[in-house]
Amino acid sequence: MSSEHTAESFAEREYEYGFVTDIEQESLPPGLNEDTVRFISAQKDEPEWLLEWRLKALHRFLEMAKEDVEPSWAMVDYPKIDYQAISYWAAPKKKLDSLDEVDPELLETYDKLGIPLEEQKHLAGVAVDAVFDSVSVATTFKAELEKHGIVFCSFSEAVQRCPDIVRKYLGSVVPAGDNFFACLNSAVFSDGSFAYIPPGVRCPMELSTYFRINAANTGQFERTLLVADEGAYVSYLEGCTAPMRDENQLHAAVVELVALDDAEIKYSTVQNWYPGDKDGKGGIYNFVTKRGACRGKRSKISWTQVETGSAITWKYPSCLLQGDDSVGEFYSVALTANRQQADTGTKMIHIGRNTSSTIISKGISAGHGQNTYRGLVRVQPKAAGARNYSQCDSLLLGDECGAHTFPYLEVKNPTATVEHEATTSKIGEDQLFYCRQRGISEEDAVSMIVNGFCKDVLRELPMEFAVEAQKLLGISLEGSVG
Amino acid sequence: MALLEISGLHATAGDTEILRGIDLTLQPGEVHAIMGPNGSGKSTLANVLSGRPGVEVTAGTVLFEGRDLVEMEPEERAREGVFLAFQYPVEIPGVSNLYFLKAALNARLKHQGKPELDAIDFLELAREKMKTVEMDEALMHRSINEGFSGGEKKRNEIFQMTMLEPRLAVLDETDSGLDIDALRIVSGGVNSLRSAERSMLVITHYQRLLEHIVPDVVHVLAGGRIVKSGGKELALELEERGYGWLTEDAA
Repeated sequence: MSSEHTAESFAEREYEYGFVTDIEQESLPPGLNEDTVRFISAQKDEPEWLLEWRLKALHRFLEMAKEDVEPSWAMVDYPKIDYQAISYWAAPKKKLDSLDEVDPELLETYDKLGIPLEEQKHLAGVAVDAVFDSVSVATTFKAELEKHGIVFCSFSEAVQRCPDIVRKYLGSVVPAGDNFFACLNSAVFSDGSFAYIPPGVRCPMELSTYFRINAANTGQFERTLLVADEGAYVSYLEGCTAPMRDENQLHAAVVELVALDDAEIKYSTVQNWYPGDKDGKGGIYNFVTKRGACRGKRSKISWTQVETGSAITWKYPSCLLQGDDSVGEFYSVALTANRQQADTGTKMIHIGRNTSSTIISKGISAGHGQNTYRGLVRVQPKAAGARNYSQCDSLLLGDECGAHTFPYLEVKNPTATVEHEATTSKIGEDQLFYCRQRGISEEDAVSMIVNGFCKDVLRELPMEFAVEAQKLLGISLEGSVG
Repeated sequence: MALLEISGLHATAGDTEILRGIDLTLQPGEVHAIMGPNGSGKSTLANVLSGRPGVEVTAGTVLFEGRDLVEMEPEERAREGVFLAFQYPVEIPGVSNLYFLKAALNARLKHQGKPELDAIDFLELAREKMKTVEMDEALMHRSINEGFSGGEKKRNEIFQMTMLEPRLAVLDETDSGLDIDALRIVSGGVNSLRSAERSMLVITHYQRLLEHIVPDVVHVLAGGRIVKSGGKELALELEERGYGWLTEDAA
């Protein structure tokens, strides 16, 4: 078989799995009403029940918007958003012809991160030959997954391929009307990822959105659903360290995880959306609802996130510990520099007996960054023997940034054990000087100290991801000292 | 050429003038001790040499191998071979000693135009050097100085010194807080580094250290000036008579 032929067959198989849509769609004019939702649903050829679900969410959202219940309790500040001024459907962007058309600043960052040239093209939206594209990797990868009966595809595709599972679990963790942004997402979500791991199957590789072509174009309202059936295990990676630009300022994603008896889901995120310029202009508003239900006995859900991007981050990956002996974990690094604002944390809701949760949060503020940890630990009356350990540390670089911690504890069962520790420290002049006296440059020293500070979280990330995240933290802080 | 040549050095920390005219020359291979009472400017001298921010040179020159040291950034001085064994080594949580030291050593090697060490070669070298200061390897995998005893911190400084092989080593009260065994180990490490190319400036309060690290010259610093210099016997004399007879002159 000639190599040309191979490339072609890869391309075909890729199409067969539905990762690329080549239907040309026009953009919708700005505005949000029933027609908008019907249009989106029709584009995706969705079944009636899903359209109804979206419409219900839409009506709820329009009510909320009228009542003006957009959350205002977070420690973030942004101008009022006009939801009727947003276009909710846009045709996929045309690919660029070469890297020459890409912002040189972006390329420089890719180089610093050590991203290979072909991957740079992929990330920057440059057309790539199929042989060199990760398509080929993705294809072999898919075959392996199929062998284990694992479904891993775009959300839209899942609606067609396994409508029953989607219907059963969609909105079962984050109901359509859960909160303002989740409600908006439920009405107009564009696409996202779906994975189903059958009973007893241990997913043989890390599932990564990176392997899903067009992942970068899933748009501003991403919807993800992962279901681990009894005794299944999956590790899922979301995002990548390469900076992501998008002309849509508002992003409101929803992620739902379901773990049945003895199942385990490990969900890792590196978020590096465009944070805006030095004055905070143009950055992404990242308003995300992520929640996992430990529905089964002895199930476990672990969230690990490294948040360095976005102008505003509003995000609380949470666990509903419903099954007895279930475990929830939240490991987070949130970095805010320049004018970035982050209000992030978690909710651990102990419902079943002997449930346990761990929260490790590391906030880093530099420049004029504002960093808030907000976390809720709730122990329901029936959650006998519940245990929680929370540790929230803040690190400050400079005098004009801020760190805030809001831990909420609601304990309604006397047998529960809840521990909370919090520290705030500044990178010491002494620490920096010590490093420099050993020949390490000031920037490397800052990066080293920050990475040390985040170590407890970074080591929860899959190996390569952790290495990239370390570099990313260093790059994000460049120019923050001295 | 002298390795280090300090002439007419004045320096301030904050708004206070601490050093008020220091002249000191170190030839390659020489070990000089700086002694003196509290507040005489010993640590400030160490800080000037290593370039600690907040210490300002207001007059005079410091030449390192004929080059102006004051103009150089702290990291550049380190890469050129100036090493300060800290009086109070800092703790850096989450950064392992070995990782840190590898970064430091490779920064120096790179600066010298030598090939950097990979993890395997580095570890091999580190294990060998650990023996000279009886350093426990398990300790080296832990965070920098975190939870180390006073003695372990000082031993770590000397271990770093044996790894980095500086041209000029400044030891700032390395003996403070050491028991007799630790003192023996630390001194042994320092002595193993004595060579014809390497010079050392040993800052100490007590003559005790100088029984182990025998200096070529002893200087007495008082009121920001060197008020007396002599051979190693001077340290003994100070031990007997104290500093009073010298500082009266200086004031």
